[in-house]
Amino acid sequence: MASWSENPILKVEHLTMRFGGLVAIDDLSFDVGRGDITALIGPNGAGKTTVFNCITGFYKPTEGRLKLRHHDGDTFLLERMPDFKIARHAKVARTFQNIRLFGGMTVLENLMVAQHNPLMHASAFSFAGIFSLPRFRNAEAKAVERATYWLEHVNLIDRADDPASDLPYGAQRRLEIARAMCTGPELLCLDEPAAGLNPRESAELNKLLRYIGANHETSILLIEHDMSVVMEISDHVVVLDYGEKISDGNPEKVKNDPAVIAAYLGVDDEEVETVEQEVGV
Amino acid sequence: MAATTENRVIASLKDSLISAVIAFALFGPIVGLKTETEPGGLALSAHFGTVGVIVAIVFVGRLLLNLLVWKADRPITRGLSGLIPAQTSLGGFGKFVAPVALLFALIFPFLPITDRYILDLSVLVLTYVMLGWGLNIVVGLAGLLDLGYVAFYAVGAYSYALLSTKFFPMLVEMGYVGGGIMDWAFWICLPLAGILAAFWGIILGFPVLRLRGDYLAIVTLAFGEIVRIVLLNWYWFTGGPDGISRIPRPSFFGIPFSRGEGGFADTFNLDYSSMQRIVFFYYLILALALLTNLVTLRLRRLPIGRAWEALREDEIACRSLGINTTNTKLTAFAIGAMFGGFAGSFFATRQGFISPESFTFIESAVILAIVVLGGLGSQIGVVIAAVVMIGGFEIFRQAEEFRMLIFGLLMVFIMVWRPRGLISSRKPSIGLHSRKAIGAENVAQGQG
Repeated sequence: MASWSENPILKVEHLTMRFGGLVAIDDLSFDVGRGDITALIGPNGAGKTTVFNCITGFYKPTEGRLKLRHHDGDTFLLERMPDFKIARHAKVARTFQNIRLFGGMTVLENLMVAQHNPLMHASAFSFAGIFSLPRFRNAEAKAVERATYWLEHVNLIDRADDPASDLPYGAQRRLEIARAMCTGPELLCLDEPAAGLNPRESAELNKLLRYIGANHETSILLIEHDMSVVMEISDHVVVLDYGEKISDGNPEKVKNDPAVIAAYLGVDDEEVETVEQEVGV
Repeated sequence: MAATTENRVIASLKDSLISAVIAFALFGPIVGLKTETEPGGLALSAHFGTVGVIVAIVFVGRLLLNLLVWKADRPITRGLSGLIPAQTSLGGFGKFVAPVALLFALIFPFLPITDRYILDLSVLVLTYVMLGWGLNIVVGLAGLLDLGYVAFYAVGAYSYALLSTKFFPMLVEMGYVGGGIMDWAFWICLPLAGILAAFWGIILGFPVLRLRGDYLAIVTLAFGEIVRIVLLNWYWFTGGPDGISRIPRPSFFGIPFSRGEGGFADTFNLDYSSMQRIVFFYYLILALALLTNLVTLRLRRLPIGRAWEALREDEIACRSLGINTTNTKLTAFAIGAMFGGFAGSFFATRQGFISPESFTFIESAVILAIVVLGGLGSQIGVVIAAVVMIGGFEIFRQAEEFRMLIFGLLMVFIMVWRPRGLISSRKPSIGLHSRKAIGAENVAQGQG
């Protein structure tokens, strides 16, 4: 039994998603290990983002079960919850392939919006907030402290008061991760976090993700095309093609799996036949 | 060189000729033929002379424009573009202007230039400032386009009118409360009207939760009309087109503005003057408007206000952060509607008479125009826009039928000059070191 199946934070069981006649995900099962960095890879159109949208509640899966267990034992069936409750109660945070920041708000404001629910609770539905009671002031100070912590770790503390849309692309990606982390997630889902980053920024991202894994009770599930990121930091790789799982294992195993090489990394035209024979197509 | 000039003249002539033909086709039947009543039926009379003049104007005008502006090497309008002031960010503007404007508003009734007409007009302007601030919560902060805001104004006005003319007298008659309650009617009904309007805000909010953009605009527009038409047709309850008259005037916290013993003038040893009530109306609406402003400014810095603005920026990102967008939208509608309801009760008590005619679509359009012209989300912008729009409309009263035209041109000019409204920058709700204004180019307008 692989290490990620012993005490998984998320068990995806027989997940199927159909859009009309199109089967985007077909009977997909895999485990996301607690404290692991799990990568979900596959060629374009393999259904990776659809899996993400099912986990975070933006799609309702046609069939299957998504069972999430917190480190304190609370269990949630994600397929039955609406999206905002998945983020609020099941503590699953996500980032988006096309960055979705609040562009007209400052970097700090973005991180404050992420802490909406605890702050809303402290403001007693705005009544304590309107009169600026100490209870709310303390909560706000704490929220700023938390935001500052993450800004320091994503290297954006100097840009805290700038509008988010003024940041360069790589910084926006980091801010989106910081914003997701401000919700205090158990599972962090990153949709192509390294897309459009230069090698130096990629390396910084690896460092950040390792830091999160080591210092917080947060497991990471990421979709990525950049193999340098995937192979370097992930503990566990799941490979999708046409909505089906074609490989599952540690990076070393997946890298040498001929099915993966054929489907994902691609082969030269001359080699197609040999590879097809090996795979048995 | 000569050849190109010749070509240009020929092209201009050709273009003008085409325009003239189009003008003839358009104006020929519309202006050229006129029906006149004659004994035994209608008769057509021809006015081709007028058509000829119109077509000639189009031809010559087009030719001149072609030769001098569009196809000229040196357009004679070149100097004009310099006349339009450059786009400047009026970010720090509010900080300086707001206290001055507030001080001016406070002493305004006692200035020597203030007569009854001007004071009445400023009460009207302040009503629109308050409505603009109320709508600003929905449109400017939450980014939800609401074309039926007047519905909440109507709900507030009718709540106050019905409670004070029907419900309270009934309670007095049945002996549940003493007659003295009538002096306090306004102060009791004001919060009730706000609550009822907020309730209707939520009622409207539910069906439009899933709508965006044009669809949201259409449904809110329809809601405004539904409320007006119900008020018009529910005769036994609302009085239909007759409206509700003899709505009680507000008291100075229990002291009525009446002549004689126990009245305001008598109590404070003043000479009776009808101006006292108008001055009181002025301060009442000023206080209500400032309350709206204060609450809005405070809410903007609370999690709920930040959630509204985040909703305007990106709804999907909001949901991914665990924000209940349904509740967030409903609170925006409810709080915006509540202030509309307050303004409505003020309107009812000031006029003393209301009918559905006061709550037509054009009111919604004017309020929305104030918000858009002032700059979505800007509080001081709304004030300037309300003064310009409502005050300006009065100034052009002598121009009669031309005032709509002047007004339209003015709005086109402002929108060309500042497409995002007079004050388009956004002040962050919180800052780590400083709070710098954010330019309009970064701020989303909301998809709804």
